[in-house]
Amino acid sequence: MSVIALRKAPLETAEESTLTTPVRPPSFLELSGVSIEFPSRKGPFRALDNVNLKIAKGEFVSVIGHSGCGKSTVLNIVAGLYRATEGGAILNGKEVNEPGPERAVVFQNHALLPWLTCYQNVELAVKTVFKGRKSKQEMREWIEHNLKLVHMDHAIHKYPAEISGGMKQRVGIARALAMEPSVLLMDEPFGALDALTRAHLQDSVMEIQAELNNTVIMVTHDVDEAVLLSDKIVMMTNGPSATVGEVLEVDLPRPRERLALASDERYNHFRSQVLSFLYERQRRPEGV
Amino acid sequence: MSNKLINYLETAGLNWMVPVVRLCRGEDAREQATELFNKAGLPLIALLVFLLVWSVGASQVKTSLGVLPGPAAVWEQAVNLVDEHQAERAKADAFYQRQEERNAAKLERDPTAEVRIRDYTGKPTFIDQIGTSLLTVFTGFVLASLIAIPVGVACGLSPKLYGAISPLVQIFKPVSPLAWLPIVTMVVSAVYISDDPLFQKSFITSAVTVTLCSLWPTLINTAVAVASIDKDWINVGRVIRLNWSTQVFRIAIPAALPMIFTGLRLSLGVGWMVLIAAEMLAQNPGLGKFVWDEFQNGSSDSLGRIMVAVITIGIIGFLLDWLMLTLQGLLSHQKVAGN
Repeated sequence: MSVIALRKAPLETAEESTLTTPVRPPSFLELSGVSIEFPSRKGPFRALDNVNLKIAKGEFVSVIGHSGCGKSTVLNIVAGLYRATEGGAILNGKEVNEPGPERAVVFQNHALLPWLTCYQNVELAVKTVFKGRKSKQEMREWIEHNLKLVHMDHAIHKYPAEISGGMKQRVGIARALAMEPSVLLMDEPFGALDALTRAHLQDSVMEIQAELNNTVIMVTHDVDEAVLLSDKIVMMTNGPSATVGEVLEVDLPRPRERLALASDERYNHFRSQVLSFLYERQRRPEGV
Repeated sequence: MSNKLINYLETAGLNWMVPVVRLCRGEDAREQATELFNKAGLPLIALLVFLLVWSVGASQVKTSLGVLPGPAAVWEQAVNLVDEHQAERAKADAFYQRQEERNAAKLERDPTAEVRIRDYTGKPTFIDQIGTSLLTVFTGFVLASLIAIPVGVACGLSPKLYGAISPLVQIFKPVSPLAWLPIVTMVVSAVYISDDPLFQKSFITSAVTVTLCSLWPTLINTAVAVASIDKDWINVGRVIRLNWSTQVFRIAIPAALPMIFTGLRLSLGVGWMVLIAAEMLAQNPGLGKFVWDEFQNGSSDSLGRIMVAVITIGIIGFLLDWLMLTLQGLLSHQKVAGN
């Protein structure tokens, strides 16, 4: 278990902290002492134990680990979809108690509503989140802008069943971005896609990240993806009672080029560090 | 264009027409001919075999009303029933014309005279009875759906509520319409009192019995469908912070729609079966009453006429099912939307 030190000076966060809070929030998003137990037939099952994380604004953080280590659970706690048994998450000085659009989620299997078109899927979110804040015209422009951002402006009025898996995930990302989240949460967003489509989407995400400078937490099991996209890689130990094993700072310069990096010494160094954590120190438990 | 046509035909369940369209389009003739034979030829052969067996078998059975009618005799009765309907209509038209002329003449003589308009009181024909039956079954079915879908959605959203009413559903679901009917009859007689009734009591009794029996498939399917919605879709709603009604109307109900429709289809099927029995006992002027009256009548034509009714009931049941299936195809999201 280790704590991520703040890399950037917390100037931005300080400005945003409310005056009524006497103690300045130490970071933009902080998980402290997070443990979660699920009821099971053999008594409570402790999935996470004392997870501590600090994430600065604008950081892209990957959470990596073997399957079943509870990395998605961490994300769901930040999203507010699960409630921690002990500890909790603080975003921007406020405790996370319930799900909300400021912590938009990109789901693993896109979770687009199949009876709505791409436009309507984004619209459902925008209409609710910006109710009373944007006019109809502004909402339409905002929806179209976000679909354009993920390069889906050519299929705005198609139904999810009519577009490919990669396109669906693009629309899923557009829906999440359209909520203007403080933190974008991505739960194995490219896990269900083939390698080429995945590469395209990773490039798109990097492009968007460069433009919007969002704070992102992404759960992944793909080492290359983690090194390519992240500022920080959080490596989880195996469950049960999983926790943060190690945190790797990836200070490769941006913009990053997938091809150039393939032969980059530092890239390969980071890559081998993650691999050695996963396959030497946290060998996959037998039979999983 | 022809692809669109094929799409429509498939949505409408008219699969056997597809090879015809493909043939017209000039696709491989042999392949399409085989397809056509499989989809239309084989059922046709089965039908012919059935008619043959019926015709031979029926002539062996002697009842107190004469020989069991074969296909030819039944066809003859079907034609008779349509003729009777037309004759009755002609009589009714003549009646109204006479009445109009009489009233006109009366008004000519004395413009202040009170003119009375009487309804024609002929007996309902077979076609009229089909109309009554359809009206009754739809009334009962719509009533059942209006109750079952909201209750089902509520049960799907709240496992506690579902647990609470589940035993009641399990007990009432297998009850035969014949058991409900006496109770419904008495309740309707006691409650539905009006000097100028909009509907006949027998109509209400039959419709309510249909409602009682066709509630359950829709209710159970709706509850299960809503309870088993993809968790991610629910989470999408939670993240967006949709309010309760949007969550229900924009996510839960559309997601459950295909299964709700399966429930509605089952309900309408049950309702149609129940209706015939209910009409027999409640004496609602529909197909059930027609069958019962013919049975009591006991003329040499009666068996043939009852068989016409049986076949009509079957065809209408089939058409109702087809209607629901087509509606389901049009409305639910499981298709690739083609608009």
